[in-house]
Amino acid sequence: MAKVTFNTERCKGCGLCIPVCPKQIISLDTSAFNAKGYHVAGVKEMDKCIGCASCARMCPDVVITVEK
Amino acid sequence: MAVVFEKTKMLTDTPFHYCPGCTHGIIHRLVAECVEELGMQNQCVGVAPVGCAVFAYNYFNCDMMEAAHGRAPAVATGCKRVHPENLVFTYQGDGDLASIGCAEITHAATRGEKITAVFINNAIYGMTGGQMAPTSLPGQVTTTSPYGRDVNSAGYPIRMSEMLATLNGPAYIARVSVHDVPHIIQAKKAIKKAFEYQLAGKGFSMVEVLSTCPTNWGMTPQDALKWLVDNMIPYYPLGVMKDIGTEKEGE
Ligand SMILES: Cc1ncc(C[n+]2csc(CCOP(=O)(O)OP(=O)(O)O)c2C)c(N)n1
Ligand code: SF4
Repeated sequence: MAKVTFNTERCKGCGLCIPVCPKQIISLDTSAFNAKGYHVAGVKEMDKCIGCASCARMCPDVVITVEK
Repeated sequence: MAVVFEKTKMLTDTPFHYCPGCTHGIIHRLVAECVEELGMQNQCVGVAPVGCAVFAYNYFNCDMMEAAHGRAPAVATGCKRVHPENLVFTYQGDGDLASIGCAEITHAATRGEKITAVFINNAIYGMTGGQMAPTSLPGQVTTTSPYGRDVNSAGYPIRMSEMLATLNGPAYIARVSVHDVPHIIQAKKAIKKAFEYQLAGKGFSMVEVLSTCPTNWGMTPQDALKWLVDNMIPYYPLGVMKDIGTEKEGE
């Protein structure tokens, strides 16, 4: 079991985390904005996460915490 | 559940001001993690440049100095000579290091100053609006080379790592990239090695990191990573340019 948490106020919606996820479970939430006005990244099917931390290593804004 | 990855305490909680998808942020994280892993968080001084990273002093959780444009290696020289027990690094863009600061970095390197330069090569002046840098590629369109860099009038891009590696002062010089996760992991290893060489008193060290500027290159963050791989790496090959640890005595 693994879990990723997004510090959404730091996220700029650049999307660099999306293609590096081997499980392809990250997407931008286009229905909402953060205070800076960006669509932020998130995971819907958390049960598929393997905790590899690829997203966290690619993120330029150190948004993501990974637990396993 | 155990934490596998979290923001290092060597970075403050201040959000980066960099553009979305700019890889400056990845490189900040790598530098900060290396300082923490070496246990130097209370004995580290960073020198910020002029360029997009001018506010780096707000992000690194250690003592920071701001230098005049290109002069970070001179400021770092002073910091290190007064407190040689400190880990001292500069963080400089290609306009800062390869253009206006070309003399300072060259002489710090040849003097073998026991400092580490983290050199961000994004082939453009980011902060000032995308002008041609000494590192802009032949044919590259910038605001001051709207028809592409013409090498007949603007000359050829400069390979700083190769040039500095010809000097005797540097102990370690490497060029790395941060366009994907494996390369990010390699880049971190190079920065850590550069810091370790400094702490062992071996001499000057520099890590050149190929970086993106999606805003001034005029691309999405993802396309910018691809542009880096397709255009920058062929001109700026990755690898270790100098490592005195692997050279024989007297070489
Ligand atoms: C003495 C001086 N000359 C020129 C400038 C204008 N200037 C500010 S940043 C910069 C270059 C920035 O490019 P780079 O070092 O590549 O960093 P980046 O912004 O791309 O990260 C220049 C020329 C200045 N601030 N001071
Ligand atoms: S202008 Fe370029 S280098 Fe500067 S923060 Fe934006 S993307 Fe990064």
